[in-house]
Amino acid sequence: MIAGLIARVGASARDYVESIGFGFRAFVTMLGLSPGLVKRPRLVIEQLHFIGNYSMLIITLSGLFVGMVLGLQGYYTLNKYGAEQSLGLLVALGLTRELGPVITALLFAGRAGTSLTAEIGLMKAGEQLSAMEMMAVNPIQRVLAPRFWAGVISVPLLASVFSAVGIFGGYLVGVKLIGVDEGAFWSQMQGGVDIYKDIFNGFAKSVVFGIAITFIALYQGYEAQPTPEDVARATTRTVVISSLMIWWLDFILTALMFSK
Amino acid sequence: MPNLVEIRDLHFSYGKRPILSGLHMDFPKGKVVAVMGGSGSGKTTVLRLIGGQLRPKKGHVKVHGQIVHKLNTASLYLLRRKMGMLFQHGALFTDLTVFENVAFPLREHTDLPEELVRNLVLMKLHAVGLRNAANLKPGEISGGMARRVALARSIALDPELIMYDEPFAGLDPISMGVTANLIRNLNTALGSTTVLVSHDVKECFAISDYVYFLSKGKIVAHGIPEEMMVSTDPYVKQFVNAEADGPVPFHYPGKSLADDLGLGARA
Repeated sequence: MIAGLIARVGASARDYVESIGFGFRAFVTMLGLSPGLVKRPRLVIEQLHFIGNYSMLIITLSGLFVGMVLGLQGYYTLNKYGAEQSLGLLVALGLTRELGPVITALLFAGRAGTSLTAEIGLMKAGEQLSAMEMMAVNPIQRVLAPRFWAGVISVPLLASVFSAVGIFGGYLVGVKLIGVDEGAFWSQMQGGVDIYKDIFNGFAKSVVFGIAITFIALYQGYEAQPTPEDVARATTRTVVISSLMIWWLDFILTALMFSK
Repeated sequence: MPNLVEIRDLHFSYGKRPILSGLHMDFPKGKVVAVMGGSGSGKTTVLRLIGGQLRPKKGHVKVHGQIVHKLNTASLYLLRRKMGMLFQHGALFTDLTVFENVAFPLREHTDLPEELVRNLVLMKLHAVGLRNAANLKPGEISGGMARRVALARSIALDPELIMYDEPFAGLDPISMGVTANLIRNLNTALGSTTVLVSHDVKECFAISDYVYFLSKGKIVAHGIPEEMMVSTDPYVKQFVNAEADGPVPFHYPGKSLADDLGLGARA
């Protein structure tokens, strides 16, 4: 019984290491094949439209509401200490450093990541990827790489939109609804937000999240068994693994970027 | 006639489950060779091994004198440009129209001007009777039509080797006859070699030059269709005449019905 348990744990550990190895190899292969896209930018542009543009609505609305809530909660707290003039700074830092990149990444994983996994998984189930291989077209280059780069480009742009709309939401609630001084709201923000340390680092976080989520989504679809059940499971795995990866990466990146 | 494809001592298994055991097959240039057998006999696996999508456990497949599983990715892709394959369910790209599906290999592998691509695609679609369906999406056409579009796509680059995986399955009698003739005519017109995997006896025998019968991953009989028609081999006889009794059991092996219903103990 103990031997069986050890064997199962060993097999699971081996499978885990094997899957990491396969994933890493696929990632390197995809990067190696990516330069070919320079000749065919249209493939990436099409995917930017599908996964980036179609995510705009949910990102914009979410950004607006998150900014409004942040403005409201920030005001309640700052007001206790008579520091409500700093509301603009709090909203801007909260959004550009953390909430913008993280929530955008989570929404992107749910909105675009799942659709990528399902699309690739169903292409595999319908033998479309095999057909492509038999036509001497590498599906990693033709299907995965354009989607990957579209995801990597989309996430930071969407996060920027999220943060900008969020700041506007905070402004609406703080200045227009509650009556915080407009000049203080913007000037504190202008004085306290650092272009490199806050905005660039937040942008860099989004790029890392974009790489992680898009690759996880594509890999889950590509490695899914060609059955409806496994494609469904792969879609769930995309959300679970991406979400955990976002939190883990956020902690590591925050520690690296914002430590004194 | 020299062989375009040669299979020697080919063994293949999925994990511990053997699929093919010690196959020897020849596919001469310019001929139509059918690989026949019941479901699960390993026919499609043979096609995937020829195309290099699977690696043999033992033995080899040679195409154009090259051992397929020893080729690197670039050489394999180069070899595949000379192949066309019709998948069992068509495997059309569902986000593209019928026209774009057939144009796909032309656009990927050639720098032909768009007007020429258009003319070539329309000619291929005309050959399969679907020129007027060019603007439809795969979801808007029937399964049989999708198969014909896939056939047009597989011959888009005029390949030297065309592989068909169950091209007659699910076709109506008219389409079946037309497709069978089309396969034969394409083979003659393009001077290509055809590997035809199917279990439709009438159509295969009508257009094939040579037939291999597979059962449980082994070749049980082979010869020209006329020989196979009058073969006394029990497997071929059962298959050709669609007999219920014979070496191929209808029921999956296991306990008898009497055992399952508990009738054995009473008796």
